[in-house]
Amino acid sequence: MDIQLLTYLFVGGSFVLYIAIAIASRVGSTKEFYVAGGGVSPIANGAATAADWMSAASFISMAGIIAYSGYDASVYLMGWTGGYVLLAMLLAPYLRKFGKFTVPDFIGDRYYSNVARTVAVICVIFVSFTYVAGQMRGTGIVFARFLEVDVDIGVAIGMVIVFFYAVLGGMKGITYTQVAQYCVLIFAFTVPAIFLSIMMTGHILPQTGFGATLLDAAGNDTGVYLLTRLDQLVTELGFSAYTSGTKSTIDVFFITAALMCGTAGLPHVIVRFFTVPRVRDARVSAGWALFFIAILYTSAPAVGAFARVNLIETVDNTAYESLPQWFRNWENSGLIAWTDKNADGEVQMSAGDPFQGAPVYTGERGSHGERLLKRPHRQSR
Amino acid sequence: MKGKSRQDYWKANIRLIATLLVIWFIVSYGFGVLLVEPLNAIHVFGFKLGFWFAQQGAIYAFLVLIVVYAWAMNRLDREYDVEEQ
Repeated sequence: MDIQLLTYLFVGGSFVLYIAIAIASRVGSTKEFYVAGGGVSPIANGAATAADWMSAASFISMAGIIAYSGYDASVYLMGWTGGYVLLAMLLAPYLRKFGKFTVPDFIGDRYYSNVARTVAVICVIFVSFTYVAGQMRGTGIVFARFLEVDVDIGVAIGMVIVFFYAVLGGMKGITYTQVAQYCVLIFAFTVPAIFLSIMMTGHILPQTGFGATLLDAAGNDTGVYLLTRLDQLVTELGFSAYTSGTKSTIDVFFITAALMCGTAGLPHVIVRFFTVPRVRDARVSAGWALFFIAILYTSAPAVGAFARVNLIETVDNTAYESLPQWFRNWENSGLIAWTDKNADGEVQMSAGDPFQGAPVYTGERGSHGERLLKRPHRQSR
Repeated sequence: MKGKSRQDYWKANIRLIATLLVIWFIVSYGFGVLLVEPLNAIHVFGFKLGFWFAQQGAIYAFLVLIVVYAWAMNRLDREYDVEEQ
């Protein structure tokens, strides 16, 4: 069976599952529609919160940006999880206790003012639209990749599917759909992470493999720590050390703070705390949610480091013809490009911008079969 | 509930959250950002300690904080008898 067919099967299967759940848990009342009747168990709610909270950014792109920027990307790890702590301790339990479904409801009642309520509604709509725009773009990219359609069409397909099961099942359907989504998501993320960790360090857990010594091709311990090797590799190529980053302390501090505040206010996560029967359960489910989130968030930096070592070791100083297949696939879909500056047919990586912005191809192939680039590259550093 | 004990409950609530948020600040902004350079001089297994806090340790600490919070608040609710039935 080829990989394309497998992809259709898996993705099609998971959508059938989600929609079946939505149909099975159709709602009959307003309270059911908005907060699932307040009768979801804390563990299920935790898993649903985790799936809700971990967006396209966490799942699709975070490990990549960590691999690319090393310590600097810690802002996302600390910022997003730290913001969740603020949400769970300072906001959610009190809103839940207050007993209204939405933050604007609370603001309106607390300040005895419909003007305040209106302002809050506008803020929530603004926040939601900004957030959904990013999510939909992610959805569009995923659909575009696997159905081989345009990103815009991918966005439309994704919207139709989400609209269908959200309208049908309301919050109840979404809750159970998201429990299923979490299982699919965490399986898809951790399986490759575990195998990468076993292959590179012999550790089953990526979290410990991250700080372990590398194995060589024959499976013998080299005695060199993964991160030490990584720092050495990237500095040899002219990048700054993976574990120290390039941003100043003040930048890291305030970007982290901004991400934390933003995360603490996510409306779709706050409403999750209304779907459990009691305040006590809301707190417990916050704990479960962070546990489920932490599984992905502590694996992602390990995946980032494994990928960076692997990328450099397999691509650097390798002839274009003998590159692994993924390189060709990525090149064909416009994610990666190579210019043979010294005309030796080998790929050499180094720091600096190889070309301005995203790669733009001429549509022709070079002497080694590579896609030629339109925009002239700058002088290499 | 009597006025006195309601105030006590709120004070205990604030004290708990303040303590947890101090720890929250120390593990992320403290160890992961402000003190990352000096901590990186310490190596634990293959990790520089500051880097570990920024990419792993802070998240583990957050998880512990949330669990402690849920446990302590639920106990407080029972103690002051404000638990929902």
